[in-house]
Amino acid sequence: MMLKAHRNHPLWLAYMLHRLSGLALALFLPVHFHVLSLALTRPESLDRFLGLADNPGVKLAEFGLVFLLAVHFFGGLRLLALEFLPWSARQKTLAAASIAGAFLISGAFLLQAV
Amino acid sequence: MSDRSKLLEVSVWRGTGDEGAYETFQVPARDNQTVLDVVSWIQQSADPSLTYRYACRVGMCGSCAMMVNGVPRWTCRTHVKRVLRDGALQVGPLRNLPVIKDLAADMDPFFDKWIRAGGVHRPSRSRNDPIQQVPPDDPGRVEANKGIECINCSVCYAACDTVAGNPDYLGPAALQRAWTLYNDAKVEDRQAVLDSVSGAGGCHNCHSQGSCTRFCPNELDPLSAIAGLKRASARSFFRRGE
Amino acid sequence: MLNIRLYMAQRLSAMVMAPLVLGHIAVMIYAVQGGLSTAEILGRTQGSVWWFLFYGSFVLAVSVHAAIGLRVILHEMTGLRGRWLEVFTCGIGVLLLIMGARAVLAVTFA
Repeated sequence: MMLKAHRNHPLWLAYMLHRLSGLALALFLPVHFHVLSLALTRPESLDRFLGLADNPGVKLAEFGLVFLLAVHFFGGLRLLALEFLPWSARQKTLAAASIAGAFLISGAFLLQAV
Repeated sequence: MSDRSKLLEVSVWRGTGDEGAYETFQVPARDNQTVLDVVSWIQQSADPSLTYRYACRVGMCGSCAMMVNGVPRWTCRTHVKRVLRDGALQVGPLRNLPVIKDLAADMDPFFDKWIRAGGVHRPSRSRNDPIQQVPPDDPGRVEANKGIECINCSVCYAACDTVAGNPDYLGPAALQRAWTLYNDAKVEDRQAVLDSVSGAGGCHNCHSQGSCTRFCPNELDPLSAIAGLKRASARSFFRRGE
Repeated sequence: MLNIRLYMAQRLSAMVMAPLVLGHIAVMIYAVQGGLSTAEILGRTQGSVWWFLFYGSFVLAVSVHAAIGLRVILHEMTGLRGRWLEVFTCGIGVLLLIMGARAVLAVTFA
């Protein structure tokens, strides 16, 4: 599918990313809740399920879910800043850059630490 | 004039209402030529039945907006050279509006929403009162000034996917108008402005896709105006507790 | 299809979740070290009022947030409106709330 010409710009793509990640997370949630509640009813099936996590495909899916959550989180912060902070575009760019920098540094630290 | 012999491949939407198809015309290329010049050439030299709309030809009246290669533009100030793709051009009626015929879209929904968003000026003084002084550097005035050069061309309305998905949504132009009124010291009831953009089709439906600001031919910023309305209505939500 | 109330519910639930999501991501990074097991998860969470409050408020906020988000997508994709759109929104919210509450109770109080 070709992207329509009027949609071919960063803000529209950010919107679509936010919508798709939100939709995927919303669809995943009931599954997530159901699996966790197995701890109450059938702990042995939960353990078998958690055992799947060593499978590379499942690892990839886990990565995908964390990625979706992170994308939706940062996209949401972007929207909240855009809507609620009466800052200039330049101030927002600087703020976003400093948050990204902080995450890069603290993320690198975290990877070293664990 | 070395360009005399060159031809442009121009496909133009033909049809009434929901029915229609693109029809291709060969139009002589010129050194300096706007999309409106091309459409006018077709109507004057190839097919006099082609329907389109324009008036001022200098970017003031807002009547000649069309979809050009899939993007909404004011055609009178869009140079063909800037938008040509492989010597071809596709011109259609504005998106998100009903088509009357060919390139003429029905602007009624656009203006109806302008009115629904409270776009009418409700003054705080009568003609018997002295004229209200508004200092040009007053913050509210500075904010309102950013939005008042709107020419109602409906380019933002055609660019907006939220309008496409939600027919009740007032759209960028009408909401930006409401934002200028909200910041106008001469408007008495600011809360009424907020109320008229806080209903089911109001500013809170905006997804900040930013196509309005990106394509506004006058380089206005409806995206930020709508964000301003969201901010003001959120403040009033907490103040009034609803 | 959002009025000011739904919009505020959407944004406020997002603000509540912002720190919770960060905490949740940190827990995930920590928890997957050396693999997951039921005993390990329950050992961390069971009987803890703090985890109950943390994930309890998370479930509350996400039920509101996801229900409104899905409502908007459904309206813009299908044009559904009126009573059935309200039924859909409430239905999703209640479903997520019940399933989420079960999950939180399972790992904190079981």
